[in-house]
Amino acid sequence: MPRWWKSYRRKLRLRARRQWYLGRAIRRRGRLTPVADRTSAIGPDSILAFVTQRNEGVRLPYFLDYYRRLGIDHFLFVDNDSDDGSRAYLAAQPDVSLWMTTDSYKASRFGMDWIAWLLFRHGSGHWCLTVDPDEFLVYPHCDTRPLRALTDWLDSSAVKSFPAMLLDMYPRGPVTAEPYPQGANPFDIAAWFDPANYTIRKNGLYGNLWIQGGPRTRAFFGDRPEQAPALNKIPLVRWERPFVYVSSTHMLLPRALNMVYDEDGGERASGILLHAKFLSTFVDKSAEELQRGQHYADGQEYRAYHRGLQDDPDFWTHQSQRFQNWRQLEDLGLISRGNWV
Amino acid sequence: MPQPVTAPPSARPAPVRLGVTMLCHDNLELAARMARLWTDGGARIAIHVDAKAPPGAVAGMQAALDGTGALYARRRPCEWGTFSLVEATLDAARLLLDNHPDLTHVMAVSGACLPLRPVSELCSFLARHQGRDFIESVTARDVGWTVGGLNEERFTLRFPFSYRRQRRLFDRYVALQRRFKVSRPIPRGLVPHLGSQWWCLTAETLRAILGDPRRPEWDRYFRRVWVPDESYFQTLVRRHSIDVESRSLTLAKFDTQGKPYVFYDDHLPLLVGSRAFVARKIWPGAQALYDHFPVASPGEVADHEPHTDRLEALLDRAADRRLRGRPGLYMQSRFPRKDAENGKTARPYAVIYGFGDLFPGLAEWLEAGTGLTMHRHLLAPDQVEFAQDEAIGPGALSDSAAVRDLDPRGFLTSLIRSSPTEIGFLFSPRDRQSLNWFMATDPNARIHVATGAWIVPMLNSGMPFDDIRRAAALIQRAEIEFLSVLDSVWVKARVSRFNLADVIAQPQVPLRQMVHGLTAVEGTPGLPLPAMRNVAGVVPLLRRLANAGLRPRRMGDLRTLRAVTSGTRDAQAAAVPMPGGASGRCPPAAIPAGPPGSACPPPGPAAVPTPATAATASPRRSARSAARERP
Repeated sequence: MPRWWKSYRRKLRLRARRQWYLGRAIRRRGRLTPVADRTSAIGPDSILAFVTQRNEGVRLPYFLDYYRRLGIDHFLFVDNDSDDGSRAYLAAQPDVSLWMTTDSYKASRFGMDWIAWLLFRHGSGHWCLTVDPDEFLVYPHCDTRPLRALTDWLDSSAVKSFPAMLLDMYPRGPVTAEPYPQGANPFDIAAWFDPANYTIRKNGLYGNLWIQGGPRTRAFFGDRPEQAPALNKIPLVRWERPFVYVSSTHMLLPRALNMVYDEDGGERASGILLHAKFLSTFVDKSAEELQRGQHYADGQEYRAYHRGLQDDPDFWTHQSQRFQNWRQLEDLGLISRGNWV
Repeated sequence: MPQPVTAPPSARPAPVRLGVTMLCHDNLELAARMARLWTDGGARIAIHVDAKAPPGAVAGMQAALDGTGALYARRRPCEWGTFSLVEATLDAARLLLDNHPDLTHVMAVSGACLPLRPVSELCSFLARHQGRDFIESVTARDVGWTVGGLNEERFTLRFPFSYRRQRRLFDRYVALQRRFKVSRPIPRGLVPHLGSQWWCLTAETLRAILGDPRRPEWDRYFRRVWVPDESYFQTLVRRHSIDVESRSLTLAKFDTQGKPYVFYDDHLPLLVGSRAFVARKIWPGAQALYDHFPVASPGEVADHEPHTDRLEALLDRAADRRLRGRPGLYMQSRFPRKDAENGKTARPYAVIYGFGDLFPGLAEWLEAGTGLTMHRHLLAPDQVEFAQDEAIGPGALSDSAAVRDLDPRGFLTSLIRSSPTEIGFLFSPRDRQSLNWFMATDPNARIHVATGAWIVPMLNSGMPFDDIRRAAALIQRAEIEFLSVLDSVWVKARVSRFNLADVIAQPQVPLRQMVHGLTAVEGTPGLPLPAMRNVAGVVPLLRRLANAGLRPRRMGDLRTLRAVTSGTRDAQAAAVPMPGGASGRCPPAAIPAGPPGSACPPPGPAAVPTPATAATASPRRSARSAARERP
């Protein structure tokens, strides 16, 4: 088969897939009930954050605080049937627009249908950060420059998407040893990470890199690493109507947005999402998620955690590193400033 | 609001009267603030505002500059990379010189240029260099001024398409002209020069350029030149100036994409240290910079010239990182294609192939002799064997073979990058062979090969002969494939090769060479050679394999092999019970037992060490062998 025909066919197929994802998000827009709609406060160049949450009340104060300091102008939350009071908390925040739904997380493409609709409706023309409440963006110079400095620079470089891989953070000692108090910095407890334990492969169809590894693979998936969760993410995108996330925020369509890496040996700018999953809250959460069976691949991941959690896992090894700042991550080669000096 | 600098330009005796032409496109509020910094310092200013700027903002700017005597040139629509920018500058310069005939210097700035030092310091600097034109002007033949763009072709090709809006057409048309070798002539009398568009000329030179009798001809020509604002004044100044200093007083560097580097609050100490007069571009949100500059220099350095080396070194490093990256790094934003890696691995490393089968204690021995961290069989099929049998390797790498095999290249490069010292590891045809090409084409790899050594562990394995034959066939095929990789013309690794017969006959030769090649420091203390496995019976086994239909290959000269293995039989019998070798015993094969004529040189000084040197040179190893001898 001629090459051009193959690539043309792939183009058609990916376009169909993109339109299908977009279509189902638009079709399901009615499942979102607005609780607090403050989207009229969004300015023409506001930086927006899109978040799905369920019973994350403990984490939300620090989460909002962290991203407000970075320079997020408006948060768009989808609450999936919380019963811990977090919905009321969010609805009371002045810079939060909140929707709620009682739909199945799993049947909504793991929440991506909801987010896709909000991005379609409100994201176009803005820099949009799509994260979970346990993900904290760290980018080069984030200690001295606000997020807008980064997005301005990306704009001037004609770059539309910014990669930030997920970095699993864990405490020293058993995960349950130190309880996480509301509002505290989770990385005071989960301060450690794996510096170089990552496998990278290229996904030919979507053009993205597929990164796995870290403590989860090491502890839970040593014998079947293909099933370990993916860590590559592209959370920050200058959104346009036709864009759509394919699988969580791991990859996007059109596929040009996934080309966030340099293939000629140079380095592009990239950041990291510090993942505060492994806190004391994790054990209950994983039991609950296992019960609900609402997670990816039939919650295989959570089943593995649950098995591992029986004997209270300790991810810490003598090769773990304690998180200091973005410069440390750059020296380790986890992120890069590219030519953003 | 920055503090207005009120020191008049006449603070120094030299009569410098500075004029400024300022081009603004957007963010006029900021531009007005910058303009006020210039006029407060005593400079005259003429401003050109892009015709596309919103009228409200322009009115606001004019109101903000009320009373400063700012002049406004006729507004033209400006587009990046076109002659309109030159025309705007020419208009503003003409306006300035006509209205202020007493000016001695004119400086071109933009609305995003921030004066770092007071205007008075700039004026006294200019006074110290009477009659000199500060304009970066590099001949277009000097390749390398532009970063990743067109050089001389800017002057000889045609550019009817917009670079920003019609990029594809632009590129195609350039390629087409190159292909058909179309070029337009450069007018006689012009020598194309390139340089930064932020210059500072004497009024005399500028008047000469403006009043050049052939200017209509030049303008007609430059109208079709690519990015003329980086070549118009730079070329014409060579016709009219007698004293050109080819550097810009404005600190403005371009990155690999051709856009200016932007400065932020955290650059403040660097900008102060650079002592540059003007910097661009400043991020509009960099409040600390706008609040701090311009700042008068303390008395002792007020006369200092700009020295931007440190800042430029930082920018060059950034460009290098963007273009070439860090060698041996594979990450989310650097995933080089094969052979575009700019360094496949971060650091040299040693691959010891085959020798491990022959010398069981080789890893410890090499570690003691070379200071390398010697891992065992990193690529073993069932488990990663890190040094000291660690379960977690450097960088928290897992010892799971399945995880490693997902991305073997990433595994090896991460290991090399995160190890505190240089590493080496054992390799054999029994291991995973997926990295053979990668290592062979990596200049950092030092591969020491002993071919045929894989047979030795089979000798006393007690395996049934049928199994040996089957395994031998697979292993030998793997070895032949590896050797064919090493024989290819693409090999970049440093490879040294020995065959089984040679190694058994003279083990000190490859081992000394190994230690010598892998040690950075000269003159390491001589260690006793590591003990060799019992090799008696190799030849009968080989013959048996051959008779079973499997021709053993790459074993070396069979006659030598027969001689050295049969001759060792007596020595072996004595040696086998004490495999540690800490007592300084000669390796069996080093005892000249071959037939006359077989090359067995007298053992070197290190080959017959005293027990004392052995113990001091390798305390860990002697401890280990002591432990082994205890039962």
